[in-house]
Formats: sequence, structure tokens, C-alpha cells
Amino acid sequence: MPKDSGIGASIKRREDVRFLTGAGNYTDDINVAGQTYAYFLRSTVAHGKIVSVDTAAASKMPGVLRIFTGADFEAVGGLPCGWQITSRNGEVMKEPRHPILASGKVRHVGDPIAAVVAKSLAEARDAAEAIGVEIEELPAVVDMRAAISGAAPAVHDEAPDNLCYDWGFVEENREAVDAAIKSAHHVTTLELTNNRLVANPMEPRVAIGDFNRASGDSTLYTTSQNPHVIRLLMGAFVLGIPEHKLRVIAPDVGGGFGTKIFHYAEEAFCTFAAKALNKPVKWTADRSEAFITDAHGRDHVTKIELALDKDGKFLAIRTATLANMGAYLSTFAPSVPTWLHGTLMAGTYTTPLIYCNVKAVFTNTVPVDAYRGAGRPEATFQLERVIDKAAREMGIDPVEIRRRNFIPADAFPYQTPVAVAYDTGDYHATMDKLVEIADFAGFEARRAESAKRGKLRGLGLSSYIEACGIAPSNLVGQLGARAGLYESATVRVNAAGGIVVMTGSHSHGQGHETTFPQVIAEMFGCPEANVEIVHGDTGRGPMGMGTYGSRSIAVGGAAMVRAAEKIIAKAKRIASHLMEAAVEDVEFANGVFSVAGTDKKVDFGSVALAAYVPHNYPLESIEPGLEETAFYDPSNFTYPAGAYAAEVEVDPETGAVTLLAFSAADDFGNVINPMIVTGQVHGGIAQGIGQALLESAVYDANGQLLTGSYMDYAMPRADDLPMYAVDHSCQTPCTHNPLGVKGCGEAGAIGSPPALVNAVLDALNAGGIGVEHIDMPLSPSRVWAAIQSAK
Amino acid sequence: MAKKPVTFTLNGRESAAFAEEGQNLLDFLRRSVGDLSPKYGCGQGGCGGCTVLIDGEPHLSCLTLAEAAAGRKVETASGLATGPVLHRLQEAFMERFAAQCGFCTPGMLVSAKALLDRNPRPTREEVIEALSGNLCRCTGYEPIIEAVLDAAGERARA
Repeated sequence: MPKDSGIGASIKRREDVRFLTGAGNYTDDINVAGQTYAYFLRSTVAHGKIVSVDTAAASKMPGVLRIFTGADFEAVGGLPCGWQITSRNGEVMKEPRHPILASGKVRHVGDPIAAVVAKSLAEARDAAEAIGVEIEELPAVVDMRAAISGAAPAVHDEAPDNLCYDWGFVEENREAVDAAIKSAHHVTTLELTNNRLVANPMEPRVAIGDFNRASGDSTLYTTSQNPHVIRLLMGAFVLGIPEHKLRVIAPDVGGGFGTKIFHYAEEAFCTFAAKALNKPVKWTADRSEAFITDAHGRDHVTKIELALDKDGKFLAIRTATLANMGAYLSTFAPSVPTWLHGTLMAGTYTTPLIYCNVKAVFTNTVPVDAYRGAGRPEATFQLERVIDKAAREMGIDPVEIRRRNFIPADAFPYQTPVAVAYDTGDYHATMDKLVEIADFAGFEARRAESAKRGKLRGLGLSSYIEACGIAPSNLVGQLGARAGLYESATVRVNAAGGIVVMTGSHSHGQGHETTFPQVIAEMFGCPEANVEIVHGDTGRGPMGMGTYGSRSIAVGGAAMVRAAEKIIAKAKRIASHLMEAAVEDVEFANGVFSVAGTDKKVDFGSVALAAYVPHNYPLESIEPGLEETAFYDPSNFTYPAGAYAAEVEVDPETGAVTLLAFSAADDFGNVINPMIVTGQVHGGIAQGIGQALLESAVYDANGQLLTGSYMDYAMPRADDLPMYAVDHSCQTPCTHNPLGVKGCGEAGAIGSPPALVNAVLDALNAGGIGVEHIDMPLSPSRVWAAIQSAK
Repeated sequence: MAKKPVTFTLNGRESAAFAEEGQNLLDFLRRSVGDLSPKYGCGQGGCGGCTVLIDGEPHLSCLTLAEAAAGRKVETASGLATGPVLHRLQEAFMERFAAQCGFCTPGMLVSAKALLDRNPRPTREEVIEALSGNLCRCTGYEPIIEAVLDAAGERARA
């Protein structure tokens, strides 16, 4: 019988009550008394020298409080970058200043030139139109190959060749990889693009700065996945506000997907302006503004070579990637194509030799940073595409070639040649499950049926692995991270037994307010309803690192478990006093402390009350109160993995692709709430399907974003997506965190794009149309063009 | 700026507020009336987050002038429940885990209500058609479609 409480129960979400009744409290729903409105005047050209900004007339317009320009921010810091990469030659990456408002030059369409604060948004907007801006337009560079050709304009003077870094990994393997590829029986080569995407959470970014003149404290309300990180970056590196004078609140957040990790200029601006004007300052992005200011995702161009022996065993992989950084380094941008990408190039396979070269390139485009999966989708895409191509070239079944190369289930822990060591996994098990739920056995009959209707049917698969809960802090520090990657939790048991958990993880759709209490309920033997989760407010909980990289339950959940264990340990000591027994003899189960072999018992609530009303209490040896904090720093990543399949039909006349079915067999280790895990997988797959079939951020040669609205950027809609078959019954629990969990947030977005592209190519090739590759998105025009060129 | 009084019915109650010249209904409801349930997702009619019902018909409030509501019946997601009792659509959304971040949810619910009000027994295709103007970035739509079918009573609850 399914559980109805605790770990493993599909409990309905408590946060739904407010979301479904329109009572969610998102940042734009917050209005501070006396608030004013900020409007940013943004560059309409991709590259140019700011000759002059004349605010005199605009400043006198109705309602205007002040107009800020780049000069106002020269005395404060630029937006910091949180990860430093070292190039192959030992030089550190180029890290040009990223000012709050543009200074001297504009470097992408959307770069803020000035900001008006006025009593109303309409007045701020009107005044911005009256600002006189003279910009001497410079040639822009958009294409990465052109950018590093030596003949392109420099985005930054500090990087005249537009190269941010040139990274090699594993550098010591390079010659051995070259030799293995040179002597291999077969080498499959593929050049591909991982298309630039816009994360597009449905809630646009919002920031409200508020300054309290009485206390001298600043408060920022913001749409962030990690308010403590914003407080640290903005306070310490940009504005110079000590953390005890700065509070950052991220209330309900309407989706993040990575793009709300980063510290943005508007957050610093509103905090700065609120203090300067002594008035609250609110900014809400409009959607077109979001398209040209939210950090974009992906945008890699890669050449991958896979060397195989005559039996299809993988011998070596060599990749060369260009990774677009855009015009400035966003908070974690340098880490995405490097440590979140190169380390995943072993995938689920035993390939002994791997070398990746990544050149990160500045262009006159919006900064690019982590988007759901961040580096891991790029790794999986190239790997799973080149494997399919190799299988076709060598005449091996795509399932079979993967099985021949899987890391066997008895080989764990498994040290890959790309630094990471997988703790657990069973890739044959998830492949077996996939073959079953996607009904591979019945596929040829379905293909024949499609053929009768003149359609080409295809089945494509992928096997992915991801590394979640990036850690440990001392290792990532050596790799260039400028932040720790622990998580924190405070568990407070109140006098009457109610429990509050303050977590550094942030929930913006993941359902932590439901799942975290499930863990506490399991540990304390209490109903979930007794547990309240507090998150998203630096004023209420300990320093935490937030939510990204599928880390919340694996790292944040583990911190909560550690704090709860401390509570139980202390409560046992109190119980031993109350029961007049030795602490070693005290047992705790189902919310009751008892003494083995006796009928002595005391319930959890009585112990909590004793801790706060310590009359009969050993004050000389135990402090009153029942509240504990833990910081948990994992010893390793977690490694969720799985196998995905897409089944498609291609119309050879039009190139239109119809996605008929999508199946996912995942191994997430232990699962706290299966309903929520399924929902996370659904959402990830939807975004992966979006990347594969619909979405692409397109710039013209002058650096104008052509896809700057929902009319131009094709978001998946209800009629674009199929039913999914999702299974997470294959479970190899993580061995190094207390819950045995692995994380599930990004898997769907990682595993699905190659499965879809492989399915379309299977349809074409099985239909006698020899096409080796089509770049995403697989729009009808691209597929049709590929069909025509193959004829 | 010239302001005009707008009197209308909001979720069954008489309501009145001043609308600024050119103010859209979304901004009017959120800022002038204080109903925060319709959401600003794009302001261009592309996402459906601001969907409200006017005399039972779904409208994108970001593209509708506030004055258009004068004398008419406006319904939003905040009026769906009856006190603490959730509407059957809200119940079904919770059962099916059809909201994740919750931001598109008010617009989805309103679009779904418009459908069920005019077509109490829609087919799956009709549900998809009715929701195709509402973007959701979290769920992949499947649970939303299932929830609306459940609410329509087409089949027994799981």
C-alpha cells in the first residue's frame, strides 16, 4: 500500500492552496508604502561608444526624482563573477568589469545606459524617452568563430582576441587521446551546435529596494533562487553594504530554471537608488526586456570525435568547443562549459581516454550562463549524438552499442578519466526499463503502420548522467569557485512541539514546503502539518547557498537531516533525565522516547516543553531550548542517470516532425515524493523538447535579437507536447548523503534533446534518406532542407 | 493624468476604482483594485497569465482597457473558491500536481473555467485547444490537461 506520510509518500502540495487561489506572494505582488518606479533606458545597438548622455531636460519632467547614469556607479563595484577558470597556458581568464550602468561603451542590445526613478512607471518611461543619448556605433561581433578570428572588433579592450579562456581537460591526457584516435579502428566525427535558449520563467524578474532611515538597513525583494548569495555578492562586492545591514527576500518565485541564480544589475540599482533617494524603488521587467537582459543558456559549437575498436567499444573522445559568454561574464558563466561540462564527458560509459578543449568567447550578445542542466545537457547531447552516428556507421544497434560500453553495475564506485568518481548506478537497469516502457519490441510494427500512411517513423534514445549537488567546497575552490557549496538548516522545535525548519534552499516550484516536512515527519514521528518550512529570507535563516544544480534535497535536505539528528541527540539526553535512565538506554521511535526493557516512556512534545520550561531539567549539563543548526558540505556530487526514448513521425513532404511518445527511465536514488519527482521530470522533458523542436534565440549579424517576444521565440504550448511515460523505479541510492537521494530537477532537460534528434534521424535514415545531422531546433524547414539535400 | 471611475462586478461583488487614461485592465485590477491574482507574464498577449473572464468570456487583461470592464462582470482566479471550499478545478489541479511555481496557474484556471462553463464535457483535444494560449514553463502541460478533464467529471478520480 502506498504510504500516506513521510519519505516516499505522494503527498499533495501544501503550497498549492495559495497558488490555486491566486494568493501566491510573488515579488511584483509586493508594494512598499511610498514606492517609486525605476525604468531603464537600454542600448538599442549591440556595440557602441557612449559619446554623451544628456539628462537635463528629462530630469525636469513630471514625477522624476532622479536620473542615474554610469557615472553614478563608478565608485562601486561591478557585477562579480563567481568562478575563475585558468587557461591551458596557466593564465587566468579575462574578467572585464561589468558595470551596473554602462560606462564608456555599450556591448549588447539591452545594456542599461541610464535609469530613471519617478513617482509612477509611466512618468519614468516618459522621462527615459526624453534622455538625449549619443552613441557612436561600432561594428558588432555575434558569431563565435568570427569573434576569435583575429579580424573581429574587440568586445573588451582587455581581451583583444575576444577570448575569455582556452581550457583543456584533462590536459595530461591530451597526447594519449590523440594517439588513440590516430590508431583506432573507427573514428566518428560530428560537428554540432547546441542552440542558444532563453530560460523564460513565466514570472519576469522584479527587484524592490527599500531603505530604512531609522535603522540604516537596506532590504531587497527579488526574484532569486538564492537570496543569501545575492546578499553576499551585492553587499560585499558591489555596494559595500555589510551583511548585517542588508536583508534579501525572495518570496514566491515564478520559476527560475537557472536564470534567477545570478546577481543582476537591477538588484544592485534598486538597492542603491533606494538609499540615495530614501524611497523604495521598484522595477519589474517587461517581457521584451527579459529577453535582452536575463542570462541566456547553452550556445555551444562543438566538434566531437569518438574512437572505437572493431567491436564498437569506445576508446577515446576528443572535443573542441566554442562557448559563448556574451558581452560580460554572468555570475557562474565560466563554470558551465568547463567543470559542469568536461567532467560529464564520460557519460555512462567506460571510455578510458577523454580530452576536451573549450574556448570561451566574448560576443556582443546577452550574457550566457546556467540554464536547466547547465553544461550537462551540452555534454550529453554531443555524446549521445556521436554514439548514434557511430552505431549507424558501424551497423550496430543503438541500444546494443550503449550496452557494450556501459559502466557495469558491479564496477561502482567508478573513477572516470574526467576527475569525477560515480558512487552508484545501474545503467543496464534503466535501459531495460526504457526498452520495456517505450515498447521497443513493438516499434517495427508501428513503423510499418506509419509507412502505410506515407510517414517516416523513428525511435531515438539517449543515456544520460548528470552530476548534481556540486561539491565539496574545498575541491570546487581549487577549481576556481569563489563560493562555498554547502547548505544550511536550522531546526527549531518550539515549546509546544511545533517545528520550524529554516533552510538555505529556495523553492520556486519544487515543492520544498511539502517534501522537507516529509523528511522531518519520518525522523520525528510527527505529522507533516507540525512542520513549517521557512526559506527565501536572509533575515530569518542561516547563510545558505540556494537552489540550482538539482541540489536542494541532496544538499539542503541533508543539512536538515543533520540538524534534526542533533535535535534527537539532545532530546535523548533530556528524555534520559526525565525518565531517570542512562542516555545510552534511551530509544526514539515514532515520536516517543523509551527505555529498552522497561515501560518508561516520554513523548517528543513533553521533551520539547521541558527544554523550554526547564524546571525538572539538568541545567548544569544541558542548555535549555531545542534548536540546532547544521551546515552540510557533501563529500561528492550525486549522479542521477537514466535512459530516454522519443518516438516521432516525420512527414517527408513537409519536414514536419510529430512527437508521438516520450519515455523516461530515471535512477534518482531514493525518492521523497514520487508525485513531485514525476512533475520535475515532466517539466524538464518539456524544456528539452522545446530545445529540440521549437526554441532558439536568434541574433542577426548586427547583434539585434530577432526572437525577443513570445511571437518570435517559440515556447512549447499545450498542443506541442505528447503524453509522457515516466518511471523512477530503478533506484541505486547515493552512498554519501544521509537520505540516499540524487536530485531530479534537471534530468529531463539533459536526456531529452539527443533522444529527439536521434529519433528524427532514425526516421529519415530508415526511410532511405541519408542525413547525418540536423541542428536544433528541428523545425519543418530545417528537416525539409536536410531531406532535399540528401536527395 | 485624467482618471475615470470604473464600476463593475468583481467575482460577484460590486466594485469601483479610478482608472488612469490608457490603463489596461491587468494593471487596473492589480494596482487600483488590489486583486493580485491575474499575473503579468508578457504584456503582449502571448502568455495568458493575465487571463480574466468578462461576462464569462476569457480576455487577456493586459490587452484590454480598464474601461472595458465598466458595468460588466469580471471573474478572476481569486474568486474561484467559495470561502475555504476550493472549486472543482482547483481540487483537480491539486490532485494532479498541475501547478509548480504557480505563476501561470491563475490564468490557466480562468481559461479552464471558461471552457467548462461553455462546454462541460470537453474532449482532450478541446481542453488542449482551450489552454493553448496559456504558457506554462514548469509542468509540460500534461497534468494540467488531466486536471481539467478530471474536473469535467469525464472519469472517476484516481
